[in-house]
Amino acid sequence: MEVGLNHFLTVSVALFSLGLYGVVTRKNAVMVLMGVELILNSANINFVAFSRFGNFGIDGQLYALFVIILAAAEAAIALAIVLNIYKTFVNVNIDEINNLKE
Amino acid sequence: MGLYDIIFYLFAIITIASAVVVVNSKNIVHAAFSMLLTFFGVSGIYVLLGADFLAVVQIMVYVGGILILLLFGVMLTNKIVSVDIRSGSIQVIPAIIALGAFAAILFSIMTSTNWKSESFEIPTTTSVELGNLLMSQYVLIFELLAILLLVAMIGAASIARRDKE
Repeated sequence: MEVGLNHFLTVSVALFSLGLYGVVTRKNAVMVLMGVELILNSANINFVAFSRFGNFGIDGQLYALFVIILAAAEAAIALAIVLNIYKTFVNVNIDEINNLKE
Repeated sequence: MGLYDIIFYLFAIITIASAVVVVNSKNIVHAAFSMLLTFFGVSGIYVLLGADFLAVVQIMVYVGGILILLLFGVMLTNKIVSVDIRSGSIQVIPAIIALGAFAAILFSIMTSTNWKSESFEIPTTTSVELGNLLMSQYVLIFELLAILLLVAMIGAASIARRDKE
């Protein structure tokens, strides 16, 4: 079977589900961040695939570029927050962190 | 089955298999390194879709930036003496059931939709066209993202800063 749009979308569906699985099951906050990165990557595959097969020009690739930039900013902020959580609670297991203030 | 298809399946398998390792591995450092393979696989898929510039950016930003940042996060939030850089999972069975159903729904929607699928001639190099778009039609978003990155940098530094005792 010729590889077409649906093949790329299938990869994206699998990556999105795996990322969401990581977000809801992992205990460590850094692992949850990795799940979020997988989800963003799957969205990016969708953007680029639609831009390739939809005949809209290459604007979709530009949006994927913006998503990558946002992912970088998000990772920096989220890791700063995780470091603060570690300073306060001494671990980063998000199922044990249940109060906003000591 | 042409060469294009074989390379696509190769990259797809690399991406999915290493993503499975990422979400299931008990050792966080192993998960981070297998994430490297996921990013490489996604980058290969970008190349197959004719997005060469994006593939390079993906490797530079994700592997060179975000992954290193995540590794720093792992190392700064675990006691080095305790060596035990492990992390468990909770509620695995309900999550597998729910997300299996979710993936099946997404897949069935995807296959039943009649996507507009007309291939067009991809320019041999996309960086010129991307640069032109970035400096004309999307210049506002470009500037806003620059400001956002500055704000994120200052914000992250001030959140993670150690208070003077």
